[in-house]
Formats: sequence, C-alpha cells, structure tokens
Amino acid sequence: MSKSNFTRRGVLKTGAVAGAGLALPTYLSAAAHTGFTNAPGDSEVVLGFNVPQSGPYADEGADELRAFELAVEHLNGGGDGGMLNTFSSNVLDGTGILGREVKYVTGDTQTKSDAARASARSMIEKDGAIMISGGSSSGVAVAVQGLCQEAGVIFMAGLTHSNDTTGKDKKANGFRHFFNAYMSAAALAPVLQSLYGADRNAYHLTADYTWGWTQQESIAAATEAIGWNTVNNVLTPLAETDFSAYIAPVLNSGADVLVLNHYGGNMVNSLTNAVQFGLRDAMANGKQFEIVVPLYSELMARGAGANIVGIPGSQNWDWKIENQLGSRYAGTNAFVQSFGTKYGFPPSQAAQTCYAQTLLYADAVTRAGSFNPCAVAEALEGYEFDGLGNGPTLYRAGDHQCFKDVVVVRGKENPENEFDLVEIVEVTPAEQVTYDVDHPMFAGGALGECNPGA
Amino acid sequence: MDAIILQTLNGLDKGSAYALIALGLTLIFGTLGVVNFAHGALFMIGSFCAVTLSRILSYSYEIVDDTRTDFLGNPMKVDIPYVHSWFGESAGQTIIDWSVPLAILFAIPIMLFVGYVMERGLIKHFYKRPHADQILVTFGLAIVLQEVVKQIYGANPIPTPAPPAFTGSLDFGVWLGFDPNTIIYPYWRLVYFFFSAIVIAAVFAFLQFTTFGMVVRAGMADRETVGLLGIDIDKRFTMMFGIAAAVAGLAGVMYTPINSPNYHMGMDFLVLSFVVVVVGGMGSLPGAVLAGFLLGILQSFASMNWIKDILPGIDQIIIYLVAIAILLTRPRGLMGRKGVMED
Repeated sequence: MSKSNFTRRGVLKTGAVAGAGLALPTYLSAAAHTGFTNAPGDSEVVLGFNVPQSGPYADEGADELRAFELAVEHLNGGGDGGMLNTFSSNVLDGTGILGREVKYVTGDTQTKSDAARASARSMIEKDGAIMISGGSSSGVAVAVQGLCQEAGVIFMAGLTHSNDTTGKDKKANGFRHFFNAYMSAAALAPVLQSLYGADRNAYHLTADYTWGWTQQESIAAATEAIGWNTVNNVLTPLAETDFSAYIAPVLNSGADVLVLNHYGGNMVNSLTNAVQFGLRDAMANGKQFEIVVPLYSELMARGAGANIVGIPGSQNWDWKIENQLGSRYAGTNAFVQSFGTKYGFPPSQAAQTCYAQTLLYADAVTRAGSFNPCAVAEALEGYEFDGLGNGPTLYRAGDHQCFKDVVVVRGKENPENEFDLVEIVEVTPAEQVTYDVDHPMFAGGALGECNPGA
Repeated sequence: MDAIILQTLNGLDKGSAYALIALGLTLIFGTLGVVNFAHGALFMIGSFCAVTLSRILSYSYEIVDDTRTDFLGNPMKVDIPYVHSWFGESAGQTIIDWSVPLAILFAIPIMLFVGYVMERGLIKHFYKRPHADQILVTFGLAIVLQEVVKQIYGANPIPTPAPPAFTGSLDFGVWLGFDPNTIIYPYWRLVYFFFSAIVIAAVFAFLQFTTFGMVVRAGMADRETVGLLGIDIDKRFTMMFGIAAAVAGLAGVMYTPINSPNYHMGMDFLVLSFVVVVVGGMGSLPGAVLAGFLLGILQSFASMNWIKDILPGIDQIIIYLVAIAILLTRPRGLMGRKGVMED
C-alpha cells in the first residue's frame, strides 16, 4: 500500500517558496517588457550615486555627493545651469533627461568593495537606478563596474585612478572620465626631472590595492625612464592610520626621494608622519630629501596643511585652471560659480569629474534618444566634447577612457586664502599622456559586449 | 643596530597607548569584575575632548575684508577667533596652538563624569550577569557612543596638531654616536611616551601609597571581607571606574597629534588592548603595562622591511601570534593570578 507524502500545509509551503524564488530577480522581470534593466516611466528617472561616506576617502565622497546634487539640480532646470551653459553639446535644456525629472538615491561604499556592491545592488534592485556613479577607490570602482555590467546598467565612474579600471578590468557598460595612473606618471616624470634631476633614488610607499599597485608601477616605470632608481616599494594596508613604522626606515634606505602612492586620508596621515620624522628637512646622498605625491587633490592639501608646501603631484582638474590658463578650460568658472555659491567653497577634482559624468550620461541618453544602456554606450564611445573644464576631450571607444590634458601641481608656498593651497606648475597636453589600447600596463582584459540587462 | 633602536622607539608610543588602555581595562576588571568592551570608546571620547577644546578656543566671529576677495571674487570673509580679540593675536594663537596639552585639564572632569554615568547608569546592572552579557552590553554601548560621535563630528579624521614647539623631530642617533639623520624621532611621540609613563606611575602610586588605594586593593583581593568591615567598597569601585575612564581619556587626548581623531579609533585600539590584557594576565596591572609595551614594540619590529620580505603581512598578525604562543605556554598570561576568570 503506498502512502502519499503530500499534505495541504506542505503544498502551501512549497508554493510559497517557489513563488518567492520566481519573484526574486525583480529588476530583471520588471524591465523585461522594455528590453533593458530599470527602464524609467514617463515622469521620472532614478540615478544612483554610490560614494564613500566613511573611511579614508570620505572627504572625496562628500564632495562627490555635492557635485551629483548640483548636477541633478541643473539637469532639472534649477540653479544657474552651471556647465550646461558651456558644454559643447547643446541637447540638454534643463527639462530633466528625455523629459523625465531626474531623481537620485545615494549609498555609502564605506571604501569597501563588498559594501559598495551591496549598496549599488540595492539601488539597482530596490530603487530602480538606471545608472550608477561614484567612486574614490579603484577597488570599489572595479567591483561596482563589474556588478553594473552583470545587472545591465551604465556605470559612470567617479574618482578612480587605477589603470585597471579601463585596463584589465574594463567593461562595456563602464565609462571613466577621470585620468589614470599612467597619465599621472607620463605628465609628472618630466617635471620631476627638471625639479630634482635625473640621478635620484626613490622609495615608494604604496596603498595595497589595485590603485596603489598600478600607480606605483606607472610612476616607477616613468621615473626609471628618466634615470631614477627605485630603491624599495613597501605596500601599506588601506585601513592604516599610523604610517610611522613604514616611514622610520626610509632615511636609512639609501633613498633621497619618498613617493607616497597614497590618496585621501591615507596620504594626509603618511605625509604628516613623514614630516614628523624629519624627512623634509633631511639630506640624503648629498641632496635635499624630497617627497612626491603623484595623485593630488585640494582636499588632501587642506587636510595636510603646511606639510604639503612645495610637494609636486598631478590632478585631473583644478578649480583655478580657467582663470590661469584661459578659455581652453571653459566650464571651470561656471562650475566653480555654481558650486561655490551653493556650498561656500570651491569644488574638488572629485566633484568635477562626478558632475561631468552625470552631464555626459544625460547628454548621451538625450543624443541616443533612449535610456537603453547599449544605446547610451554607443553614444559615448568615440565622443568628442568640450566645455566641461578639461579642454577638448575624447571618450575613446576602445577602452571607455577619457583623454584630456593633465594638470601638474605642487603645494603653494604662500596661499592667499584657505582654498588656494595648490599651484599649477604646468599642463601636459592630452597627446603626451595618450597610450595604445593594448599598452602592456592595460592589457589582460576586454570590454566585452554591452549588457542591457533584461 | 640603528634600525633596531629606531623600531624600539617607534614601538614605544603605540605601546604606551596599549598600556594605558589595558591598564584601565584591568582596573575595571580587577575591581568590578566587568569585561568592558566600551573602553576603546573612552579612549576615542578623550581624543574628541581635545578636538572640542580646540574648536572652543578657535571659536570665531566673522568680519568682511574689503581689500581682499574670495575665490568667487566677493569681498573676503575672515574669521577672527575670540581669543585673538581678548588676549591679542600672538597670545591668543599660542592658546589655540596649545589646545591639546590644555585639553588634559578639560578632559579629566569630563571623563570622570562619563565613567561615573556609564557605571551607574548601565554597567552596575550587569555585575551579577555572565561575562558574555557584560561583553555584549558594553560592546553595544561602544557602538552607540561611536555613532553619536560620528553624528556630531562627522566620519572624517580631524587633524589636531601638537603645539609648534613639539612639531619637529629629535636627531636621537647623534646622542648615541650615530651619523646625523640616522635615528630621527618626533618630539611629540617622546612626549607621549613620558606622559604615559607618568600616568602609569601615578596610578600605581595612587593604589600603593594612599588609603583609598589600599582599600581598593583589599577589595580586589577580598571584596566581601572589606564590605564586612563597614567600608562602602562599591562606592570606591565606582570611583575606580571613573579613574579608569580618565586614564583612557588622557591616553586619547595626547594621542590626537599622532593620529587624527576619528569616530572609529576606539575600536581600532580596543581589540588589540584586549589581547594586551589577556597576554599580560587578566586582572594584573603590571602585566597589562608590560604586555602593552612588549606588543607595541613587537608590532613595530614586525614592520621592518626585511622581516616583511620573509613573512609578508606579519606586521598585521604578529600580536595575535604572540598572544597564541603565550597563552599556550602560560595560560594565565605573563603575570596572571590563579583563579581570575577561571570560575
């Protein structure tokens, strides 16, 4: 005699579990009828801004968020319009994106890849974000870019400087406006040669993650090409706050230059420690000991205070560049005016790249006439534009990297005010920092196919 | 040789912080029998006492300087600290520059009060509860305190420099016959080491040479007997909680120029300080101090490049490896007493 295991309760349980399982990938099913993930309705479109609100890059994250808010305000027709008035493309008219009001949600990456992915996933799946932007850590950017590729949304990277973001980890759905470590090295090396000569011994302290590795590799290659010797490269944990144990051995290492491949709070702390240990006043190998910070920012200069005076580095952009170098960098003053009026201080380079990325996304959607990520990607690939503060810029189709001039700076000796901490030494033209798509430092990955999601 | 001396010096400041925090932890455990996971938060609050005093002293009013323009081309708004107006620019700036040492006086009453409120308001209700409950509630309290600080001061580290007189560094190597610039050590880290030594000595002297201290020590040894003698030992233990909080707070105040205060710094030190207490021996005050300096210096040595070349990442785990080794060979820690946490 057979006995059935089916019960009423068992069937109900099984049904409930199966129903929940089928309903789980809501972002895929919701968008299925339109052919891509999180297709917006007729009235509004949601963008997701994923920035570090805690951790060593929290300063940059806060400024990125301000810039995103300002960009959304301008896209919706608020404020003075900022760079909409100077952007070489004139399709954005302050009525949102394709007639939809722009809404946004924010997340805290905590400068950790897992937290950043969880935050981005939540914005895509729960809030219906059709584009994710933000950054300040390349580890985070690479992780979130991968997620966006899988989910079928566009990732407009914020501050991410690792070669890998548009190198071995590049993705068809990901786009980077910010410059990269190779470009920093290419711009900085000739300036370092003229400042400190060709006979130098460099000691590198390097943040132990993708950005630090590629920056160290790029700077070492560029400085060795001008005759410098790399004495040592010591990796430091990203979460480190006291670098004294790493700084202490530098003076006795035979080095006469310390290269700090650190950024944000890391750089403020390591530079402060280096100054505390007397490196800036020391002599080594018969020369004045020097410190180099390849990736610079006004925010870091503010945190480091007087310690940063005279130290060279590179930037993606500087808020004084249009005033000092003219209308080639149009858009800068418009952005500084908008941002400064709203927040009371000038924007950082992190803010500028995030603002530009938001406008570039809106512009690409408008030119494509569609929110479909593949149509947007096609509109961005090979796109040449101007008027966003960096001069003529190309979004290269082969790797989704922007190519534009690089600003070489150093800490200003006698600042005129609390925001005038960095002086522009020179601007390196885009042609001098351009490289082939298959350059060895960027090899190992492929863009792949654009993923529209559903 | 110079590298060994340099790393020994380098370990002293971190070891000083471990020792001070572990000393407070041990005082609380020895007197009240409570495992206080909120002790790192007290270190953090001490740091923010320095930040707060610095902000109070720098409190300013705004004037408009028509002769200069700001970054937007508008007349420049200039902040003038009130102390500049009251004491003159030079004396006023000196007061602001010395805000960290001055914060010692500011922090002591605040930390005593915080400790008193923490003990009377929450921790006393957990005296008779299992250690697991005490750990959970104090850990929860630590999270609440750090989130409160995060809300008030933000998530970013706040640079709080040492007075200009202590911002340079000492060419220590010259004193020992080495070439100039061989062993450089920042003045403030030396100040921190000596300050810690004084605080530790003061705590031991207080316990050893005062009547109050003798009663506390007697209570630590046999609480019931001291109670039967008609002494209100609970009141004294509450005061010891306040003193332990003040010790952690002072450690935090003086650490601000070394490491910019941030809301998470207490947690960073807490876990390591607990390892220090365990290695030193639960309930042993000299053990806590000894283990603090020992592990601080060991951590510094593990950061030497040639050691990391052989054992990559050793600087991140050395303290835990040493703790395992010591607990395997001396289960009660370096100076632990029989019967403590063995019930």
